[in-house]
Amino acid sequence: MIKRGVSRRVAVLMGAAFSALASLTPGRAFAETIRRRLPWAADRSDRPLRRDERPGYIFFSPAEAAFVEAAAARMIPSDSTGPGAAEAEVPRFIDRQLAGPYGEGDRFYLQPPFPKGTATQGWQMGPPASVYRMSIAAIDRWSGATYGKPFAALDPASQDAALKTLEDGKADLGEGADSKAFFALLLQNVIEGYFADPIYGGNRDMSAWGMIGFPGARYDLTQWVSRYGEQYTLPPVGLTGRDAWKPRS
Amino acid sequence: MSRSRAPGIALTVALASFLAACVAASYRQVPPAVPQGAANPGGGAIGLPPADDDDITADVAAWGPPADAAAPPDAALQFSDDPVARGKYLVDAGDCQACHTRAGGVPFAGARGIRTPFGIIYSANITPDLKTGIGRWSEADFYRAMHNGIAHGGKNLYPAFPYTYFTRMSRPDVDAIYAYLRTLPPVYQPKPANKLPFPLNIRPLMAIWNALFFRPREFRPNPAMTAEWNRGAYLVWGPGHCGGCHTPKNLLLADRNGHALQGAAMSDWVALDLTADPRKGLASWSNGDLVEYLRSGRNAHAAASGPMQEVIYYSTSRMSDSDLAAIATYLKQLPPRRHMKGFAGPSEAAMRAGAAIYADTCVACHDEHGEGQPRTFPPLAGDASVQARDPATIVRLILAGSRSVPTPAAPTPLAMPPFDWKLSDDEVAAVATYVRNAWGNAAPEVKPRTVAKLRRRYAQAAERR
Amino acid sequence: MADPAVDVVLVGFGWTGAILAEALTAAGLNVLAFERGGWRTAPNDFAIPFDQDELRYMWRHHLFQNVAHSTLTFRNSPDQQALPMRRLGSFLPGAGVGGGGVHWNGQVWRFLPSDFKARSHNLERYGADVVNAYDMTVQDYPVSYEELEPYYDKFDYLCGVSGKAGNLGGQIQPGGNPFEGPRSRDYPNPPLNMPYGPSLFAKAAAGLGYHPFPHPAANMSRPYTNPLGVQLGQCTYCGFCEKFGCGNDSKSSPQTTILPVLMARPNFTLRTWCEVMKVELTRDHKHATGVSYVDENGVLGFQPASIVILSAFMLENVRQLLLAGIGTPYDPRTGTGTIGRNYSYQIVSSVNVFYDDKVTNPFIGAGALGMIIDDFNGDNFDHTGLGFIGGGYLGALNTGARPIETHPVPDKSPKWGAEFKRAIAENYVKTVPIVTHGAVMSHRNNYLDLDPTWRDTFGRPLMRMTFDFTDNEHKMSDYLTDKAAEIGRAMGGREVRSNKRSGHYDIAPYQTTHTTGGAIMGADPATSAINRYLQSWDVPNLFVAGANAFPQNAGYNPMGTVAALSYHCAEAIVNQYVKAPGPLVQA
Repeated sequence: MIKRGVSRRVAVLMGAAFSALASLTPGRAFAETIRRRLPWAADRSDRPLRRDERPGYIFFSPAEAAFVEAAAARMIPSDSTGPGAAEAEVPRFIDRQLAGPYGEGDRFYLQPPFPKGTATQGWQMGPPASVYRMSIAAIDRWSGATYGKPFAALDPASQDAALKTLEDGKADLGEGADSKAFFALLLQNVIEGYFADPIYGGNRDMSAWGMIGFPGARYDLTQWVSRYGEQYTLPPVGLTGRDAWKPRS
Repeated sequence: MSRSRAPGIALTVALASFLAACVAASYRQVPPAVPQGAANPGGGAIGLPPADDDDITADVAAWGPPADAAAPPDAALQFSDDPVARGKYLVDAGDCQACHTRAGGVPFAGARGIRTPFGIIYSANITPDLKTGIGRWSEADFYRAMHNGIAHGGKNLYPAFPYTYFTRMSRPDVDAIYAYLRTLPPVYQPKPANKLPFPLNIRPLMAIWNALFFRPREFRPNPAMTAEWNRGAYLVWGPGHCGGCHTPKNLLLADRNGHALQGAAMSDWVALDLTADPRKGLASWSNGDLVEYLRSGRNAHAAASGPMQEVIYYSTSRMSDSDLAAIATYLKQLPPRRHMKGFAGPSEAAMRAGAAIYADTCVACHDEHGEGQPRTFPPLAGDASVQARDPATIVRLILAGSRSVPTPAAPTPLAMPPFDWKLSDDEVAAVATYVRNAWGNAAPEVKPRTVAKLRRRYAQAAERR
Repeated sequence: MADPAVDVVLVGFGWTGAILAEALTAAGLNVLAFERGGWRTAPNDFAIPFDQDELRYMWRHHLFQNVAHSTLTFRNSPDQQALPMRRLGSFLPGAGVGGGGVHWNGQVWRFLPSDFKARSHNLERYGADVVNAYDMTVQDYPVSYEELEPYYDKFDYLCGVSGKAGNLGGQIQPGGNPFEGPRSRDYPNPPLNMPYGPSLFAKAAAGLGYHPFPHPAANMSRPYTNPLGVQLGQCTYCGFCEKFGCGNDSKSSPQTTILPVLMARPNFTLRTWCEVMKVELTRDHKHATGVSYVDENGVLGFQPASIVILSAFMLENVRQLLLAGIGTPYDPRTGTGTIGRNYSYQIVSSVNVFYDDKVTNPFIGAGALGMIIDDFNGDNFDHTGLGFIGGGYLGALNTGARPIETHPVPDKSPKWGAEFKRAIAENYVKTVPIVTHGAVMSHRNNYLDLDPTWRDTFGRPLMRMTFDFTDNEHKMSDYLTDKAAEIGRAMGGREVRSNKRSGHYDIAPYQTTHTTGGAIMGADPATSAINRYLQSWDVPNLFVAGANAFPQNAGYNPMGTVAALSYHCAEAIVNQYVKAPGPLVQA
């Protein structure tokens, strides 16, 4: 019967690949045969990692960090409306993301070949970390050629103009780079870092949530459903709490 | 005269110290109880816990759901003329399977390790295997084990096997259990050697202990009470051996007279006060509430957690409604403890922090007023285990979570997730203190160091898995 | 080595697998289900202490299918080269026990009676020119609404749907959907409490003469015990529902409605982290012998079974048929062949209403919380002269405005910079979203087949999807969006922004996971893959359960109909097939 399917040797290889994938998912019991049971891993859960408190950047080189800090600060500037990307520590968030499984593209299909697609065929590049590395270098080359200095050294107005050129896909970044796709990725990651839970390194002190009035990681808004027109009063809370959780006498 | 007694006294003291230490750290304790109003069947008794190498929650995880969610327990078995049928019912009523089955093992083949501070005692194989089980035991042998605590061949049994309760069972009931166990397929399962140090590995010591604390005697009904009450007393003090967990002990394991079933601290949990205590006990529970709890594992007031889940799963969920009603009738007539020590009110800082944590993390199930979603998520306002003087249960539930026991009457394994990774010792203490003192609740403040200690203990238990 | 044979093997263990397993084991059949992901349960995998994590669950796809392992390739038209969908976007299938049923919204709909007769009904009312426009290949279902009603009802009660009936046995009920087919009884639970936004929508819609009603929701308006005895808690409107697992058991899923009872049955076995490689056939390709599979240790196994049921996500169901060589692959040039035929989707758009003075708190949410009008769905309105057929519902849904995904800004706002930030800050709690949820008809050039270039981790060809919206969809969607904007303007806000769906179908932005077709049900084996009982025309002991069965899509969320078809299929297996194995419908 098996012969009609795949050979055992091939199956072993496939299983190894499968296993590697499965092991990316923590907290799971693998290949179980479950009969007359409702499995439950007592005392264990698929909890998130705690905030990475290491100082400085882990993924970014100084030049890359300078670019991301500058670009993020133009996308969400610091002003009286609320925290900017800098205060929210968005670059730190992106750094930690790129240093982790997301940066490696753990949930990206990465099999070659990589032909260029149409506008509707979605992401056709490698994993985010390598795209950042390649694109930032290409942008700084392009910025040098166009403006005479790297992006981070430009004045804010020129940075805005450069970003607009990238957004429109009008910057020629050379072979393999795609300014429009990279801009979209960067903007997405900046917004993620601004509004994601603080455990990921951005949205410092939940200040971005505070600015818009999002209550954060709560699980019960029952009492507020029928309170039409009332501003929500409880302060935002993160997955690991808020100041008021600490007993102080 | 006094000199000749000295060795005996020394041994007794050694033994008592050992037992006291065992009890202090274990969760099923010595029940030297006198059922109030019932015949006094003897003196002290000891039942060590069926606590495993593993933590109890490991077993909960391993349990399957009930065999047939739709089938109610067969009440007809309870008074069946067929001794095998009646024996099976009594085996359930006695919760025999829980101790006599190791994790993942064949039911009743024993070898479940019972952890004590001094070592591990393994349960016996009670299948009729000739070599490793009770295949060579006669009916009389079996009765002697149940009634006198003496095994086939004359060895003293350790009171981890609660013969101190089973002694109250009638001969026909014990014979019925024997008849049922004979019908089980024999399983070859040797009992691992107990891991006990000298001199506690000397079984004859138990004879001394028995002489001091144990008097074999069958249950004698109290003619002043109803038949239902007497049936309840028999079940509670005989096969059910409820006092094993729920009766407090003093250090020398003597009865705390008048404190029978008033609740007791165990290592990781607190066995509830089963009296009508208005705060820690069952005052607010009706007889119907008690029956529902024992049958389904939950009712409008509470969901079972900890070792009681095992009792419900293997025992009370399989008992007839009339027997559960008899237990309820008996328990509901237990008077509460009269004198309670006072305690200081909680600190404002803990209550303020606890209120914030509660509002942010607990309300989605337990409701902002602690009212829960009855029968789904337990209320905390007025709950007995929340207000137990010893906070082991509430702290444990916050740190490690719990899943309700699936029973035929309530098959859904609703769960509380662990918060150990999320809340610091200070925060656990604060939110525990808050739920113990909000909405009219009152109980002593929980200290962060208590949480730290319990956290270490659970981590070690998890490590062993 | 073959494993011991079972009566039924299920490939995939989401909603469909769980429904079938429950129904078949209740009848005494010995059932084994394969699931390529792991066991999942609320306290371990999506618990309240960490479930409210937008980044992890929505954007890092923690509960979704991992496309690193297997994806599909996509193109808009047959003359393009299809390229891999390298990350999830447009739709979000699940993986693991419970499948998409863990992270769905709980939107439980029935199709309209006329949806089941989409071809004959529209032919009769509008004529052949309209029905055959845009290369449409619309077909009738081989079952009627009336036949499926008992099974719809069964799923409503299994899930404890919160709602208000609009048609009880032909009697129109005030406050419900007056356009729906007749129900045999009301919903098991009353509607959810409505937040401000949906209530503003309902008032405006009613003022315009439309018929607003509460969205039917598998989010519990009160604690519920279903007919199997399984308990659910009360929804707490947390706003982490769609794309998230439910942490307090208040959203219906296989876990919260079926598994506690199903897993207790001795005649059911679940095997997790096992990927089914292929449906194995006898030499003549007329009979399935079972399935070959690989577990995560690389062990290849063969599971023999008397009946094989494909119960995975519909795209995987169709792929399994193509991989096994069952039936004839569809060819768009000739319009012949059945496997891959009539792939369809849905077309969604939205309108945002912005207020200066009204705090709407859009983060209050549940997966199916909102007020809806059905006046422009299906054939509930006269399409004469409109240039399209089909329709959709529209309404104000509070599914939880998690801020990475939802931070609406007015039309003239830039997409980044200081103005953008100010627009978010000013508007976030003062908006109401109105969504439209439109049908997509089937078209000759929208289909599925195997990709010639890219392969999955196991070396099997990926599915290739060829799909685009046609003018039928664009006209219909624009029509719905204009109606939504009309209601939006009547809601008294400062401004209304219309987000129309224009241009080609784009695989990148999330739209909806309601992909359908590819192994469709029908009365004729020349134009359908399966019969009215979801039984393969080509291999009678193979059944294919899922939205793959829809000949074209309707303007409703598919799960109610997928569930009803699954119950209908299970009953046919138990009452007919088991007694006399063979084709249940003669070709």
